[in-house]
Amino acid sequence: MTSANEAATDLLAPGGKREAPALVVDHLTKRFGPRVAFSDVSFDVAYGEVFGFLGPNGAGKTTTVRTLGTLIAPTSGRASVAGIPLTPRNGQQIRARISIMPESPGLYLRLTVAENLRCFAGLYELADAGGRIERALKAVNLTERANDPCGSLSKGLRQRVALARAILNEPAVLFLDEPTSGLDPVAAREVHELITSLRARGVTIFLTTHRLEEAERLCDRVAILNTTLRLIGRPDELREQLFTRNLEVRTHAPLPDPGRVFAGLKDVESWQQTPSGSYLLAVTDPDAAAPGVARALVGSDADVLSIAESRHSLEDVYLELIDEDVEAKRR
Amino acid sequence: MKFSWTRVRAIFHKELRDYRRNRFIVYTMGVLPLIFITIPIIEIFAIPASAQLSTRAGLPLLYLLIIPAIVPSTLAAYSVVGEREQGTLEPVLATPISREEFLVGKALAALVPTLGIAYLLFGIFFAVVALFANSVVASAVFDRSHLLVLLLFTPLLAGWSIWVGIAISARSSDVRAAQQLGVFASVPPLAVVVLMSLKVIDPTLALALGLAAVLLVFDGIGWRAVAAMFDRERLMTGARR
Repeated sequence: MTSANEAATDLLAPGGKREAPALVVDHLTKRFGPRVAFSDVSFDVAYGEVFGFLGPNGAGKTTTVRTLGTLIAPTSGRASVAGIPLTPRNGQQIRARISIMPESPGLYLRLTVAENLRCFAGLYELADAGGRIERALKAVNLTERANDPCGSLSKGLRQRVALARAILNEPAVLFLDEPTSGLDPVAAREVHELITSLRARGVTIFLTTHRLEEAERLCDRVAILNTTLRLIGRPDELREQLFTRNLEVRTHAPLPDPGRVFAGLKDVESWQQTPSGSYLLAVTDPDAAAPGVARALVGSDADVLSIAESRHSLEDVYLELIDEDVEAKRR
Repeated sequence: MKFSWTRVRAIFHKELRDYRRNRFIVYTMGVLPLIFITIPIIEIFAIPASAQLSTRAGLPLLYLLIIPAIVPSTLAAYSVVGEREQGTLEPVLATPISREEFLVGKALAALVPTLGIAYLLFGIFFAVVALFANSVVASAVFDRSHLLVLLLFTPLLAGWSIWVGIAISARSSDVRAAQQLGVFASVPPLAVVVLMSLKVIDPTLALALGLAAVLLVFDGIGWRAVAAMFDRERLMTGARR
C-alpha cells in the first residue's frame, strides 16, 4: 500500500512535534445516574503518538471517546483535546480539529462513496473538497469505488470509507473505535499501514480495540480500562510490571537433577518445570542470566535445544488484569 | 464559531439525495399528494352551480392544505431517529456542525420539496378548475380568501409540521412511531384553516394575516423548543444528563 501511504502523507499537513500533549485527561469521570461509565481516569497522549485503549465490553472505552469528542459531557474532571480545554463552549472548535471513526461505519447507504465524503467535506467546511476527497480515497485504496453506492459495498469496504471520512479533515487527533473490526487480514493490514503513516505525519491516534496483537503492534502506549484505569504504559513496561521475566530452557531429555543445575545460579530467582517438559526460570535480566544458564546446562551434560526469553503477550497482561477485576468483584 | 450556511447546505443536499433514492419517501412525497389533489378535483366537478358555492368550493381546498401539513411531517419525523437507526448520527454530530445548523439543514430539506410539491399541485388543481370546471364554480374556487389561505398557510403549516416532527424524532427510538405521531401532531393547526374555509371564522384579510402571524410565532417557538431539546448526549446515549 505504498501509494496509499503516500496519499495519506499528502493528505495530512505536516503536524510537527508540539510541546503540549495532544490529549490531557485529568480525573475524568462520567456517570449516567447511578451507573458509572468510567471513573477518575487520568492520562495524557503526546502528538504523533498511537495510544491504545483496551478494555472489556462495558468498560467505558466508547463513552471515553465520546466524551473527549464532545458528544457527551463529563460529570467531573478536566481534559484538553488537541490543546483546547474540554468545555461546552469549545465543543465546535474541538470537533473541527479531531475526527471520530465509530465502530459502526455509519455511512449513508443510498449515497455513493464520493457523496458521503462530499457531505462531510461540507460539514468541515473544507477548501478544495474535491482534492481532499480524491486523496482520502487514494489513501484507503477506494478511488475506483468512488461512484458506488455505499449500500453495495462489503463491510470491509464500508469500514475503509469510514476511515477515508475520518482523515478528510486532516485531524490533529483521530479517534478510531475498533477500526479493523470485521476486516479480513489483508484489509486489516492496510488499515494498520495507514495508521502507521498517519502517525509519521504527527497525527495523534487514539485507538480502541479488542485486538490485543493489533494494539501491541501499533501502539506506543496502551491503557487498560475497566471503568477505572487499571494500567497504562508501553506494552513491554506493562509486561514487566505484571510478570517476572523468564528464560525458557528446552532440553532434548529431562534433566536428572534440575534443582542442582539451576539453584546455584546468581541471576535465577526460581525455576519450575512446565507441563510440556521445558524449564521456566524466573530471572531479573534474561540477557545477563542466559550465559550462566547455558554454562550450567553444558556442565551438567544436558542436550540443550534452546534457551530463550519467554515473553508474555499483551493479551496475558490484559487477561491478568481483567481476571483480577472479576475476582475482586466476586469477593 | 458562527452559523455556517456551508454546513447547512451539506445537510440539505445530503438529505435531498437520500430522499430521491428512498422509495418510502418518494411514495410519501409523490403519490400521497396525488390523493389529496384527486379528491378535491372530483368534488369540484360534483358541485352543482346552484349550491352554496363559496362554502362548497372551500371544502375541497382543505384537502390541498393537507399536503403541506402531512408531507413534511413524515420527512421531519424521520430526520433524527432515522439517522440514529442507520448509525449515521454519531459521525455527523462529531463534526463541527452546531445543533442549529443541523436542524435548519434538516428543516429546509423537508420544507423546500414540500413547498415545491404543494405549489405545483395547487397550480395543477387551479389549472384543471379553470379549464374544465363550470365557470360559476371556478370563480367561487378562485375566491380571494381561498387563494390567500392556500398561499399564506402552506409554508406556515409546513413549518409547524416540520418542527413538531423533528421534536418527536429527536425523542423517539422508532422511525414508524415517530412518523405516526408526527402526522397526528401536525393536524391541529389545520383546524383554524378549516374554520376559515367553512366561514365559521370570517376569512377577512386582516384575520388571515393575524392568524398567519400567530402561526409564524408558533413556528418560531417550535424552532427554539426543538433547538433546546436537541441534546447530543441524549441522542447518543438515550440518557438524560
